[in-house]
Amino acid sequence: MPLVKLTAAGIEPVETVWTRLGGEDAVPATGAVLVPLARWQAEKDSLLARADAVGVWLAAGETADSISGDLDRLTVVALDFPAFSDGRAYSTARLLRDRFGYRGELRAIGDVLLDQLIQMVRTGFDALDVKAPVSGAAVTVETIQAALSRYSLVYQVAHDPRPPVSALRRRLAAGGQA
Amino acid sequence: MYRYDEFDHQVVRERVAEFSDQVARRLSGDLSEEQFRPLRLMNGVYLQLHAYMLRVAVPYGELTSGKMRRLAHIARVYDRGYGHFTTRQNIQFNWPKLSDIPAILRELAEVEMHAIQTSGNCIRNVTTDAFAGVAADEIEDPRPWAEVLRQWSTFHPEFTYLPRKFKIAISGGAQDRAATFFHDIGIRLVRAESGDVGFQIIVGGGMGRTPRVGRVLNGFVAKSEILSYLEAILRVYNLHGRRDNKYKARIKILVDALTLEGFRAEVDAEWDRIRGSVVEVPAEEVERIGAYFADPDWQALADNPPELAAARSRSAAFNGWVSANVMAHRVPGYAAVTVSLKPVGGIPGDATADQMDALADFADRYSLGALRVSKEQNIVLPFVRQDQLYALWQALVAEGLATANKGLISDIIACPGLDYCALANARSIPLAQMISERFSDIARQHDIGEVTLNISGCINACGHHHVGNIGILGVDKRGEESYQLVLGGDATQTAAIGDIAGPGFTAEGVVDAIETVIGVYLAQRQTGEPFIDTYRRIGLTPFKEAINAAR
Amino acid sequence: MSRQIVSANRLTDGLVVFRTAAGTWTERAEDARVYSVEEAEIEVAAASREGTVVVGVYAVDLEEQGSAPSRLRERIRATGPTVAYGPAAVISPRRAAGA
Repeated sequence: MPLVKLTAAGIEPVETVWTRLGGEDAVPATGAVLVPLARWQAEKDSLLARADAVGVWLAAGETADSISGDLDRLTVVALDFPAFSDGRAYSTARLLRDRFGYRGELRAIGDVLLDQLIQMVRTGFDALDVKAPVSGAAVTVETIQAALSRYSLVYQVAHDPRPPVSALRRRLAAGGQA
Repeated sequence: MYRYDEFDHQVVRERVAEFSDQVARRLSGDLSEEQFRPLRLMNGVYLQLHAYMLRVAVPYGELTSGKMRRLAHIARVYDRGYGHFTTRQNIQFNWPKLSDIPAILRELAEVEMHAIQTSGNCIRNVTTDAFAGVAADEIEDPRPWAEVLRQWSTFHPEFTYLPRKFKIAISGGAQDRAATFFHDIGIRLVRAESGDVGFQIIVGGGMGRTPRVGRVLNGFVAKSEILSYLEAILRVYNLHGRRDNKYKARIKILVDALTLEGFRAEVDAEWDRIRGSVVEVPAEEVERIGAYFADPDWQALADNPPELAAARSRSAAFNGWVSANVMAHRVPGYAAVTVSLKPVGGIPGDATADQMDALADFADRYSLGALRVSKEQNIVLPFVRQDQLYALWQALVAEGLATANKGLISDIIACPGLDYCALANARSIPLAQMISERFSDIARQHDIGEVTLNISGCINACGHHHVGNIGILGVDKRGEESYQLVLGGDATQTAAIGDIAGPGFTAEGVVDAIETVIGVYLAQRQTGEPFIDTYRRIGLTPFKEAINAAR
Repeated sequence: MSRQIVSANRLTDGLVVFRTAAGTWTERAEDARVYSVEEAEIEVAAASREGTVVVGVYAVDLEEQGSAPSRLRERIRATGPTVAYGPAAVISPRRAAGA
């Protein structure tokens, strides 16, 4: 199950092992953990006092507002896709990035499939915990790269810096290169 | 009409490559049916009762003769020689092989067509008035905005996995011919007192099992702010629309739950933060797109040329066709012609490959190569010279395409029903055929006058039964087909959802009941009063009593 | 005792097919093997594993007598649309016009 981070240098596999905790799970003494929102709200001081990394994961129905006051204390926020067809996290990601100015890692977790990675990157995710297909085919940096390169053009302005087709047209009309 | 530039071509080519790869992975077994199903649906591929069905987008209903010929070619080579035009201005092929669909998509891409987002829980093909750009009552041409919305909604990263499908219609006419009150978002071009033209935004309309007339969310949104306003609506819906029950997932249910005022407050709060931002469409892009919809070089002509008047007095059949199927044009000497795909005894909306080719030829000869698909499942030739109407009519007669019934009782909207559809409970097509046979006398139809008759084979209401002046809903009653009759629906700006006049009819029984309903109308109507106005004046009761007395 | 046949759509072209006694698929419903409900359940499970051949395998109830499916939907599915369609259904110009 490859967790990758998208950086200026490209797609980098993440070596750190992250443990995703549910509402009742005990916090391990060591190791990076992703805790659910309620746990974070109840135990944030003790969680921050741990030596290892802490991130918060939001379920699909949990709002960006609910974490907005803590964003400067967080280096990882993860948004869960309970099914790939549940697209709430795309809007939550836009709000965390564009509304609340979150600059830390925004990670997609859950039913994260190759066919949806472009949307995730376009809405502000920069870390992808990609799920292996049921066929058992391996997910590698190369397959992720191929999925992200599927479309060379976009029509809309989203969070990512890609210029929309309308901007490319303007450049062409001005005599420049698209 | 709009023409692709190299960027648009590139997007569609990449989509064809992606879907071809997905089909190959499915055929080789790398993708299971469960994984493939949502992927094929987002490209308009359904598995219906008998075979696959491919829904091809006709963006805002606009076709050229070249595109129509390509559709004919696809029907002939990859299907069984025909296609079905739908109420959302698309075309459906009923028998394509899955293994042929990549080839079909390549053929479509060559003529700037695709099947992108014709199904799935995303923003669907944006529809508009089939008479856009030519209607005399138009405030402004909605087509450039429909194209702006097509591009904006194509692979929108935030709004491709919504709680449910999302349909947008835009209309520029004083008369609403795009059913804007029955879409998730309806957009009407309006002129403010200042003289500025902008958009009235209607939200939460729809049919299906919870029919709703849409309500005005905003009376005037400036053109320069339309995309941020739509993004605000979509974001509120994406975050808060229900996902636990697909029958309660459309935006109309969210508007009901929050109340219109509550929903508006959410949208406005969101809009305040993004309006006027980089999400808006740049003015020069609107100008660039608008240029494609510039007027053709009109000839200086006069209305009602002598040739037309002479032909009308010479041929009663031609005269009847002109009165029903020819609409006033904003340019003198021209007309917009509806070619009915509702022959007596025919299948509403179906056209054979030969008919599509003939229509393409007629478009070249008489309509500057332009055609439209109407939401009534007919074809419109928008640029016909009035002095050529008789020649066009004769050509249509020879092809069996001159049925003079636009807007009359046999101009029936019908879904494919149980003859094709995996979801249907009852057949729609045989019922449409029976009704058109019963009322086959065209002179009688003209006497009855304007009335809409819509048939759905199940509660999903693809045949728009809720908004027919006369509507029929097919249901399954212990394994047997049964039909419910609905009266008083209206898809226009005087929008209304029909009232149930009676359940439990057989197919023959419902045809008899329609005969009774028409009898009541003819007995009660005042001079010049169309069916819907009589219905509103006298109400459901006299109709219901007559139906019950006759049963 | 109710009897069933086993049906599916063929993956490549989507057409309706029926399971034969030989374990193959046929487009002709009359060539389908008739099963008891218990046998059909086993056959559906076996045939469902042919994921690169067929899609949506399921058992169809037959009428008490005869070999036709009992539900209208299944009868239409077995025999095709009940209306003539395409080039075979073109209406003559005179009739189309309602003259």
